[in-house]
Amino acid sequence: MAYVGQLQRKFMDYTKSLYREGIVDEQFTQLHKLQDESNPDFVEEVVTLFFNDSERLLNELTNALEQQNVDFKKVDGYVHQFKGSSSSVGAQRVKDLCIAFRTLCELENKEACLRCLQQVKLEYASFQTKLESLFKLEKQIAEAHGTVPTLD
Amino acid sequence: MSFFHVFGFGLKVGHLLLMLCCWIFSVIHMKWFANRAAMDSKTGFLGDGVLMIWVEWWEKIFGSSCKIHHHYYQYIGSKKVRKTWWRKLLVTWVLFWTLVSFWIFWYMSSQATEKRKETLASMCDERARMLQDQFNVSMNHVQAMSILISTFHHGKNPSAIDQRTFERYTERTAFERPLTSGVAYAVRVLHSEREQFEKQQGWTIKRMDTFEQNPVHKDDHAQDVLEPSPVQEEYAPVIFAQDTIAHVVSLDMLSGKEDRENILRARISGKGVLTAPFRLLKSNRLGVILTFAVYKTDLPSNATPHERVQATDGYLGGVFDIESLVEKLLQQLASKQAILVNVYDTTNISGPISMYGSNEIGDPLEHVSNLNFGDPDRRHEMCCRFKHKAPWPWLAMMTSIGALVIALLVGHIFHATVNRIAKVEDDYHEMMELKKRAEAADVAKSQFLATVSHEIRTPMNCVLGMLDMLMDTNLDETQEDYVRTAQASGKALVSLINEVLDQAKIESGKIELEAVCFDLRAILDDVLSLFSGKSQEKGVELAVYISDQVPEMLIGDPGRFRQIITNLMGNSIKFTEKGHIFVTVHLVEEVVDSIDVETESSPMNTLSGLPVADRHRSWRGFKAFSQEGPNSFPLSTDFTKLIVSVEDTGVGIPLEAQSRVFTPFMQVKPSISRIPGGTGIGLSISKCLVGLMNGEIGFVSTPKIGSTFTFTAVFNNGCSSSSEYKSHQINNQANLVSSQFKGMKALVVDQRSTRAKVSRYHIQRLGINVEVTSDLNHCLSIRSNGNSVINMIFVEQEVWERDMGLSSHFMDRLNQIDHRSPPKLFLLANSISFNRASAANATNCGPTIIMKPLRASMLAASLQRVMGVGNKANCRNGELPAATLHNLLLGRKILVVDDNKLNLKVAEAALKKYGATVVCADSGEKAISMLKPPHKFDACFMDIQMPEMDGFEATKKIREMEEAVNSSVQRGEVSIQTYENISKWHVPILAMTADVIHATHEECQRCGMDGYVSKPFEAQKLYQEVSRFFQLSSKEN
Repeated sequence: MAYVGQLQRKFMDYTKSLYREGIVDEQFTQLHKLQDESNPDFVEEVVTLFFNDSERLLNELTNALEQQNVDFKKVDGYVHQFKGSSSSVGAQRVKDLCIAFRTLCELENKEACLRCLQQVKLEYASFQTKLESLFKLEKQIAEAHGTVPTLD
Repeated sequence: MSFFHVFGFGLKVGHLLLMLCCWIFSVIHMKWFANRAAMDSKTGFLGDGVLMIWVEWWEKIFGSSCKIHHHYYQYIGSKKVRKTWWRKLLVTWVLFWTLVSFWIFWYMSSQATEKRKETLASMCDERARMLQDQFNVSMNHVQAMSILISTFHHGKNPSAIDQRTFERYTERTAFERPLTSGVAYAVRVLHSEREQFEKQQGWTIKRMDTFEQNPVHKDDHAQDVLEPSPVQEEYAPVIFAQDTIAHVVSLDMLSGKEDRENILRARISGKGVLTAPFRLLKSNRLGVILTFAVYKTDLPSNATPHERVQATDGYLGGVFDIESLVEKLLQQLASKQAILVNVYDTTNISGPISMYGSNEIGDPLEHVSNLNFGDPDRRHEMCCRFKHKAPWPWLAMMTSIGALVIALLVGHIFHATVNRIAKVEDDYHEMMELKKRAEAADVAKSQFLATVSHEIRTPMNCVLGMLDMLMDTNLDETQEDYVRTAQASGKALVSLINEVLDQAKIESGKIELEAVCFDLRAILDDVLSLFSGKSQEKGVELAVYISDQVPEMLIGDPGRFRQIITNLMGNSIKFTEKGHIFVTVHLVEEVVDSIDVETESSPMNTLSGLPVADRHRSWRGFKAFSQEGPNSFPLSTDFTKLIVSVEDTGVGIPLEAQSRVFTPFMQVKPSISRIPGGTGIGLSISKCLVGLMNGEIGFVSTPKIGSTFTFTAVFNNGCSSSSEYKSHQINNQANLVSSQFKGMKALVVDQRSTRAKVSRYHIQRLGINVEVTSDLNHCLSIRSNGNSVINMIFVEQEVWERDMGLSSHFMDRLNQIDHRSPPKLFLLANSISFNRASAANATNCGPTIIMKPLRASMLAASLQRVMGVGNKANCRNGELPAATLHNLLLGRKILVVDDNKLNLKVAEAALKKYGATVVCADSGEKAISMLKPPHKFDACFMDIQMPEMDGFEATKKIREMEEAVNSSVQRGEVSIQTYENISKWHVPILAMTADVIHATHEECQRCGMDGYVSKPFEAQKLYQEVSRFFQLSSKEN
């Protein structure tokens, strides 16, 4: 039991740090609230969906920006999508970066866009790792027959 | 303005003095006028004229003083004009009064001189008249004697009178002629009769000239020394003489120069004739000789001089000693000493001959009276002078000097007043200038504070963030401790800066209140939770009571309201070690009647049983109560005036510090404040905020007993514009909590009415009926007697502890009475210690402990846990609308359109959660095809930014489509059955957008969308929108 408690505490601390660092926001909480008995793995499903989607979008973006004549409209479209999905999962930092990215797109500044893309990638990667470890923790708790604490 | 008063005072004093001096003058003048009027009419007339002038003057003075008023107010604005004006006025005033005083002096002294002259004249005339009278008496007598002689000497032959008879007669009748020193009779002798006459008399006629030339030897010279008279045409030898002048017998009077002339004139005129004054023989005093002619026959009065000369028999002469005459006369009159009298013979105008008087030099002022001694050829005058010079005109001097002094004094007062006014004015302007500068400095300070605070806050936030991140790294215990300390200090600093910023904002007037809908009770619950930890630690009871009459929703600034409450409660909790902190909220109208009622001071009625400061006293000074009175409250429904009291049983505020409680940065006492810390601007901020809310703040504090702060605030009445929303909100809350507990009954066991009231208030908020009893036994009796079922019993910790022995029995009894559904027992506990102590006692069926402070949400959660109603989701505070949302969306078919699969999934999950059936579409085209009537969708949520066809366009298309169908149905082209019997198709379309800006909102409406929700769904917002159009659609249907 002590082990579960320890895990739970760790989970709580970890989640809190995520909020504090601004990696996730309120939307993430909302997602958790949507998860219930009828839909036990909702969050993970959504996040995984996000990861897949993001991989694709990031690839598209990289390709688009590598072109000689960059189609900024297209880039903007991708970034918009990416922004939408990131805000849906509550990846706050990624979302913020996307907003900045879109302004750069409007300015049609390729250099800056590339730099921004790098940042987005970095931030996305960090989000991915953090969330994956969170899920790992959750799984551990579930394996130890404990309940995952609710976020509030 | 005070200098008006100064000026007014100056004017008044000036006026007073002016009137005083005018009065003095008028009195003086009136007196003179009266005197003069009595004396003669001429001066009376003059006095009249002066009086008239005086009256005119008087009017002028009053007029000018009125003008002064007038001018002052007229020129009050322009200082320079007034200053010069005043100076001119002052100079004129002084000059004018100098002239006036000179005039007064001149006038009064001339009056005095005049009077003196009058006196002199009257005295002189009197003397002259008397002298004349006496002289006339003597003269008459001499005339009588001449008749005697003509009768007895010439009428008889021989003569009946000889020298001897004459001598005796004259001597015995001398008293009749007091002024004559002697009389003599000379007979007219022609040269032809000389010899006979000389023979008859026995002596020769002697001439007088020589006698006159040697008058020195009077008594001892012999008759024979005198020469006989030379031959003349006629002679006038003296034949009879009074004894006193017997030496003139036989002297020829015609030979004396004066006498001759006299005789000649006398016999021609037939009247008494006077000589010019000359030194009398023998006595050597000044005298005159009166001569009467004696005629042979009675002559008619119109006889010619020649006839008179022919008829002349002789001449009677009397010697008048004028000198002694006047002297005697003056001695008879009293004031001989006061005046000098001179008598002159002025027959020869060029050389008047002095008859009497010394050459003493007296007053130059003289009066001349004419004397008439019966001789038409001779003229005499009496000249009188005062012996002493006129005294100095003291009265005139004093009066004029007095007037001048008064005028100068008045002038000085005016001057002083004007100077004073000018000075005060200058000071005032200077002060205004200083005030302006001080205010400017204050504003600058506030701005500086605002800027600096802001600049400090930014890096400070960074520091705090970094510290946070540092906490997440691997730290050993010491390091962690350091970081924690640094973090705590940083947080304290930030909160301090925030306070300073607030203060600065308020001072520079930058603060503005929001006007949003808020729930007062929720805010108080929040604040309560904020302080609950601290209060539990200290064992201080914390309670909130809000009157039922306070509306559910109000419009105002919840943040600032909260700040005030937090400030006050924070202070209270800082200074309170035991007892309670009690917040009450009422409508002003509720308590206004109780203002005059002395509240019960029994400590038993307070929350914790400790005495408190009487809160009524804290609002006694409020304008709302004192001035307007209860009746003048505008009973409009638009405004709600709340009165909030925060009562504590802390250390209280020392009396000497109470006056500066609301002054910024002013803490009660360094020694006290050191313990709790803080900046000391909380109350000042609160006061400003209360002021912004059109309220007032006040307090009452008794050291060692506690303080009560009370404030009022005015709010708009809750969300009347969206009354629908409001009613839902209320229903919603009521639904949530009271649907679960509605109809249940609770019993509160508490012997303190105030505390019981608070408990009841909170439990009633959940829709539970509450009864209050004072102890457990009573509770049991109610329990056994009661017809209705009691679901729960709340027992106050104090009661429970007091009846410790009873309480265990109580549990058993409780269960015995009603086996089917024993009421749940709750303990209302206050401190952590109790929690622990009773936790040991607690058995499975033992009482549940509810920690104070009571809050609706917390209470509801506890009840739910124990009573087993409701679900997990509902016990959370922030999720209140969720249940109704659930009701609203249950079974609805909703289309969600979004190109982003992820978003779709999230939205789907969210809506499904509330029981809706969700269909997804990933493009605008799909949505259009799916929404082609007839369809079964109740609503559509559409993303705006989609590739190919965005939300706006899709919505437009859908609306066009619906319009076409509607019109065709109306025209009857298509049967209504084809479209599910719906005559008017309009599916609610809600935009889903991440950036909620105004422009988007407007565009939404233009395209025919019904509303919008922000993308990460918020239950509250979602509910708001959904409830709106679902109600609409139900109406339509």
